[in-house]
Amino acid sequence: MKEFLEGSRAIAEAVRLCKPGVISAYPITPQTHIVEELAQMVANGELRSQFVNVESEHSAASVVLGGVAAGVRSFTATSSQGLLYMAEVIFNIAGLRLPLVLACANRAVSAPINIWNDQQDSVSLRDAGWIQLYAENNQEVVDFHIMGYRISEDKSMMLPVMVCLDGFILTHGMESVDIPEQEKVDKFLPPYNPLYKLDTAEPLTMGLLADPDYYMETRYALQETLKDALKLIPKVSQEFRGVFGRDYKDCLIEEYYIKDAQKVIVAMGSVCGTIKEVVDELRAKGKKVGLLKIISYRPFPYARVCEALKDVPQVAVLDKAVSLGAYAPLAVEIKAAFFGKKKSPKVISSFVAGLGGRDITPESVREIFRKLNQREINLEFIDLKPELLQEEYGQ
Amino acid sequence: MDNSPLFKAGHTACAGCGQAIAARLVIETAGPNTIIVNNTGCLEVFSTRYPESAWNVPWIHSLFENAAAVASGVEAALIYLGKKENTNVIAQAGDGGTADIGLQALSGMLERGHDILYVCYDNEAYMNTGVQRSGLTPFNTNTSTSPIGAKSTGNIRPKKPMPEIALAHGIPYVAVASAGFIPDLQRKVKKALSIKGPKYIQIHVPCPLGWRHETDMTLEVARLAVETGLYPLIEYENGTLVSRRQIAPKPVEEYLKVQGRFKHLLNNPAEIKQIQEIADNNIRKYNLKVENQASS
Repeated sequence: MKEFLEGSRAIAEAVRLCKPGVISAYPITPQTHIVEELAQMVANGELRSQFVNVESEHSAASVVLGGVAAGVRSFTATSSQGLLYMAEVIFNIAGLRLPLVLACANRAVSAPINIWNDQQDSVSLRDAGWIQLYAENNQEVVDFHIMGYRISEDKSMMLPVMVCLDGFILTHGMESVDIPEQEKVDKFLPPYNPLYKLDTAEPLTMGLLADPDYYMETRYALQETLKDALKLIPKVSQEFRGVFGRDYKDCLIEEYYIKDAQKVIVAMGSVCGTIKEVVDELRAKGKKVGLLKIISYRPFPYARVCEALKDVPQVAVLDKAVSLGAYAPLAVEIKAAFFGKKKSPKVISSFVAGLGGRDITPESVREIFRKLNQREINLEFIDLKPELLQEEYGQ
Repeated sequence: MDNSPLFKAGHTACAGCGQAIAARLVIETAGPNTIIVNNTGCLEVFSTRYPESAWNVPWIHSLFENAAAVASGVEAALIYLGKKENTNVIAQAGDGGTADIGLQALSGMLERGHDILYVCYDNEAYMNTGVQRSGLTPFNTNTSTSPIGAKSTGNIRPKKPMPEIALAHGIPYVAVASAGFIPDLQRKVKKALSIKGPKYIQIHVPCPLGWRHETDMTLEVARLAVETGLYPLIEYENGTLVSRRQIAPKPVEEYLKVQGRFKHLLNNPAEIKQIQEIADNNIRKYNLKVENQASS
C-alpha cells in the first residue's frame, strides 16, 4: 500500500515486516528516527522483538552478533562515528559468517564534527566483508532491507548486508512509498533457519583462533563468496520482482540513458535522483548524457560496469567520500575496472562533491557535465568556497 | 565429571594454569545447558585453536571487550525463542577484558538486568600478550609495563575494586572466589546460576608464567592470597554481604616470597609494609579474622 512516509518510518515498516527477534541500537543522528519507530512498534506490541538499549554502538553491533549467533534474525542501525565505533565488530560479524541487516544512515565523519550527509562512514568500511547496497530513494531503502535479509541469509552467502541511505536526505525526507503486505514478505522471506547456531542440543565452537595454517583460507572464502553475491543479488532481485512487481534488474547497477551516451556520470545513493533530473533536462536539449548508478558497492560489479560503460567516451565519477592522500574511492574502482581493457572510455574524470552535507544541486551536476571533456580531471572538488580557503590559510 | 567433560583435556594451557582449572570448574558446575561467550585472552587462545576446541558446550568468541554485549544478544535471542528458562548464559573474560577494555560493555550488561553470569578470571595482568599491567594488577607488581627499576618498585596503583563496581550496579549477586578453594568456587557458581538477573563472580587464578611461581604451586599460591587477606573471598546477595572466608592472617611476605613478580620487595620492608596495610584494610573491612585464633 502506498503511504506518504518519512524515510526512517519506511525503514522501520520494512524491518517490522522482516520480523527480527533481536534489535539493538545506540542513538546517533540521523539514525535515531529509525530506532525510535522500531522501539515504539515493540512497545505497542506490533512487533515481537527483544529491543536492547545499549551503552554504545560497539555493544549494539555485539548484541546483534550474539542474537544471530543464537539463531535469531537481528537488526541494527547507525551512522558516522557510530559505524566507525562498530568497525571492529563489523569486521568480526562478516568473519564469523553471520547474516544480518544494518541500516547505515550515511553521515560525514569527524573532525570537524558534522551531522550531515556524505558517504565517508560506510565507504570507509568497504573492506569488512559486508555486502553494501546504496539506495537512491526510500522505496529502494524499503526494498533493499527486505532483499537484504534474503541475500544475507542465503545458505550460500551467510554474510551481513549494509543498506546505505543518505542521512537526512532519505532518513528525514518524506516520500510516497509502497509498504508491501506481510503475506508477500512472508512468502519472499522465510523465517531464519540458520546453518549453524549456539544451541545446547548441538554444541558448536564459534570464533576460533586460526593460525597461519588456516587463516588465509577463511579470507579467501569470504572473497569467493562475495564474488558469488554478484550472481545471487540479481537472482534475489528477480524473485523480488516476481513477488512485489518492482524490477531492480540485476540490482548491482542501474543504467539511465547510457546506450548512446557521450558523457556519463557514475554515482551512488540519493544524488542519483538529482543526476537523473539533469540528464532529463540535458537530453531534452539534445545532449547525449546519462547516469550509471552503483547499487552494489561491495561486492563491486566490475564486469557489469565495463559492459555498461565500454562505449561511453567520457565518464565522470562522483564521489561523496574521499580516501585522503589517494584517488577518490569510487573513481578508483571505475578506473580499475577498465585497466587493460580493449574497449574503454577515453576519459575517466573524478569529482568529489557533497561532503559534510553540502548540497549537490542540479547546477553542481551540470558543472560536472561541463567539465567532462577530453581533458581528464583527477580528483576535483566541486562547489568549494575559495573565499573560505583563503580565510583559513591566508593564501 | 571425568566421563563427560564439558571442558576437555588436550588444550594448550601452560602447566599449572589457574585459569584452566577454574574455567573447567565453572562449566562443570554450570552443566551442559549452558552457552558460553568468551572474550579474547589466554582462555580463548588455549582452548579453541582451530581445528580443535576443548568446549563441549556451545561457545562463541567475538572480540576482546564485548563478551558481555554478545552474551546480552544471546540472552535476548533465547528469550525470544522461549529457551532462556532452561539455558544458562555465561560471559567470561580475563582481568584486562573485564576491568579495562571490557568494563563499559560489562557495565551495560549489568545495568540492563540481563540474566547472565559474568565470570572474571583474575590473573592480575595481560598474560596472553606477555604480562603487561592491567587495572587488576596489584600494587608493586613487577610486570613488563610496570617494570622495577632505579625509580620504580613496580605497579604504582592498587587493584581496581571490580567487585564493588559490579555491586554498585545493584545486581542480585556478586562473589569473589579462588582457584585455591574449589568447593567454595563451585558453590558460588551454583548459587549464582540459581538467581535470575546479572551475576558477577571474580575468580583469583594464579599464572605460573606471569607470577613466576613453580607450576605445582598454583593452588597453594591462590590459597596464600586468601590467607594473607590480600584476596578476600566475599559474597553479596542483593547488596548484603552474606559470606566471607575467615582467616588466621598470615604475613603478606609468605605470599610475596613464592612469586618472582614480588621478589624485588623482599629486602624492602617499607614497600612490604604498604602491601601489609592493604591486607590489613581488607581484614578490617570484611572482618576476616577468625574469632578464636588459637583454635585455627
